[in-house]
Amino acid sequence: MKASGTVFKYGDNVDTDVIIPARYLNSSDPKELATHCMEDIDKEFVNQVKPGDLIVADKNFGCGSSREHAPIAIKAAGVSCVIAETFARIFYRNAINIGLPIIECPEAAKGIAQGDEVEVDFDSGVITNKTKGTTFQGQAFPEFMQKIIKSEGLINYINQKQ
Amino acid sequence: MGMTMTQKILAAAAGLSEVKAGQLIEAKLDLVLGNDITSPVAIHEMDKFKTDEVFHKDKIALVMDHFVPNKDIKSAQHCKCVREFACKHDITNFFDVGEMGIEHALLPEKGLTVAGDVIIGADSHTCTYGALGAFSTGVGSTDMAAGMATGKAWFKVPSAIKFNLIGKPSKWVSGKDVILHIIGMIGVDGALYKSMEFVGEGIKNLSMDDRFTIANMAIEAGGKNGIFPVDELAENYMKGHSSRSYKIYEADEDAEYDQEYTIDLSTLKPTVAFPHLPENTKTVDEAGEVKIDQVVIGSCTNGRLDDLRIAAEVLKGKKVSKGIRCIVIPATQQIYLQAMEEGLLKIFIESGAIVSTPTCGPCLGGYMGILAEGERCISTTNRNFVGRMGHVESEIYLASPAVAAASAITGKISAPEE
Repeated sequence: MKASGTVFKYGDNVDTDVIIPARYLNSSDPKELATHCMEDIDKEFVNQVKPGDLIVADKNFGCGSSREHAPIAIKAAGVSCVIAETFARIFYRNAINIGLPIIECPEAAKGIAQGDEVEVDFDSGVITNKTKGTTFQGQAFPEFMQKIIKSEGLINYINQKQ
Repeated sequence: MGMTMTQKILAAAAGLSEVKAGQLIEAKLDLVLGNDITSPVAIHEMDKFKTDEVFHKDKIALVMDHFVPNKDIKSAQHCKCVREFACKHDITNFFDVGEMGIEHALLPEKGLTVAGDVIIGADSHTCTYGALGAFSTGVGSTDMAAGMATGKAWFKVPSAIKFNLIGKPSKWVSGKDVILHIIGMIGVDGALYKSMEFVGEGIKNLSMDDRFTIANMAIEAGGKNGIFPVDELAENYMKGHSSRSYKIYEADEDAEYDQEYTIDLSTLKPTVAFPHLPENTKTVDEAGEVKIDQVVIGSCTNGRLDDLRIAAEVLKGKKVSKGIRCIVIPATQQIYLQAMEEGLLKIFIESGAIVSTPTCGPCLGGYMGILAEGERCISTTNRNFVGRMGHVESEIYLASPAVAAASAITGKISAPEE
C-alpha cells in the first residue's frame, strides 16, 4: 500500500485544539469536522488539501486533548498519512485505532518541506521525497499494531478475534 | 529487575507476575469513562461491534460536563444520545445535570476510583486518579468503545521518571505551582509515553487536592500517567468516599527509572505558564506587567474545595478590579454546596466575581467565558494553547487559584502577597 501527495508542513507541538478547535466539537460528523481541520494553525489548509496529501510535522504532534475528532478530521480531509518526529501518545493510539496511517521518522520530519511531493510505502516504511530526490526509513509498527491497521481499526480487529 | 508502581499495577491487571517497559499487554479495566464530547463517538463505534452488550454496567461512568447544561442544539443532541445509551444499558454511573460535576473531580468524590485500579477515560485528564494510587490514563473514543464492550484495553508498559519531592511548600505555593514548575523543567513532551512517579517525604505536605492537581497535569508533560504512593491521607480519603476495597502497590526498591529529579518544595514560588504552552513558565515575581481581561478559577485541575478556599481567602473583603471578568466554577455539586455552607460563594459574589454551575465550559473554549481578539485571561485550567479559550489572537496564562484571585483584584498578573 502506498500514499502519495503534497506536503503540509508544521512545527513542534501541534496540539489537538488547533487541529480541530473545541468550538466545533458539538459535532461528531467526520465531513463537518474536516471542514474545520487545522483551522487555528493554517486557515488555508482546508481550501488547498487534496485527497492523498500528507501532513509532516516536528515533535509531539497531536498533543493535548484526547479528542478522536482530531485524527478523524485529518482523515476525513483526505490526508493519507501523517509523518512526525514524535507523536503525543493519545493521538498515536487514536490514529491507529481509527486507521489513519502515521509514521514516526525524525529524519523525514527534518528533510521534508512545505509543498514537497512525497510518497510513502507502508509495507517497507520507506518515505521518498520526490521533490528533493531523498529517501528515509520510517519506523515499523510492532506486529500487534500492524494487525489493527490491517483490520482498518481496533473495532474490526476485536470483531475478527472473537 | 524491579518494577515501578505503575508497572506493578499493570502486571496485576494483565495477570502477569512481571512486566517490562515496552511490553505490549492486555489489561482488565476497573472503570471506563467518557464525557458528552467523547462518548457519542464511542457509542457510534459500539454499533460496529458484533456484541450489543457492555461488559459491566457498574464499571462505566458517563459524565455530562463539557458543554453542559447544553450550550446549543448540537450539544443537546450529543447529551441525548448518551442519555439514551445509558438508559438502554442501565449504566449505574451516568451523571447528568443535577448530579454531574467535572468528571475528574466527580469520580474520586463518588468513590469510583481507588488505589490499584486500572482506569481508562476518553478524556486526556483521566490521569488525575493517580493521586489515589490508581493507574489511569486518557484514551480516545474507539478505545473507550472497546473498553465498554470488552472490559479490556491494550497498553504498552511505560518506563518512568521519578520525582522525589522534599520539603514543605510555603503558604502561597500549591500543587499547581509544583506541576507547572515540573512542566517548565522537563517540557511539554518531557515525559512522553512515560509514567511520572511522585515519591518522597515532601508528599506528606501536599493535600489530596494538591495531589489531584499534580496528577491531572501529567498529560501536559506528555505523560501516560502520574502516580502517587498511597499514604494515610489517601487512605482516609478513599475510606471517606468509597465503599470499594482498594489495593496498595509500591515500587520495588530496585525499580528502574529513565530519569530522577529531586524537587525541594520549600524553594518553589508561585508560577505562571505564559502563552502558548504550559512549559513557558516564569515565577510570578518575574512575570512583569501583564494586564488581563478575564480570570477563570475552576476546571478539573483547580475547581476543588481547597482551590475555592484559597481564592476566597485572597478575595475576602476585596473587589475584582473594574473591567475584569472573574468567573468561579466549583467543580461538583458537592463542592458547590460545601463552598456555599462555608460562605465562600458569598465572598466571591461580594467581590464582584460570578459563580457558575459545574462545567468544563471556558477551559476548552466551549462557552461561559470565551475570549475576544487580543484579550488575556489568567486561568487555573490546564492548557494555554493557541485559541484554546476563544479567538486565535487571545492569550491564556496558567496559574494557581491564589495567583488568579490576586490578579483579579489588581487587573494584572500578581502575587497573592500583593
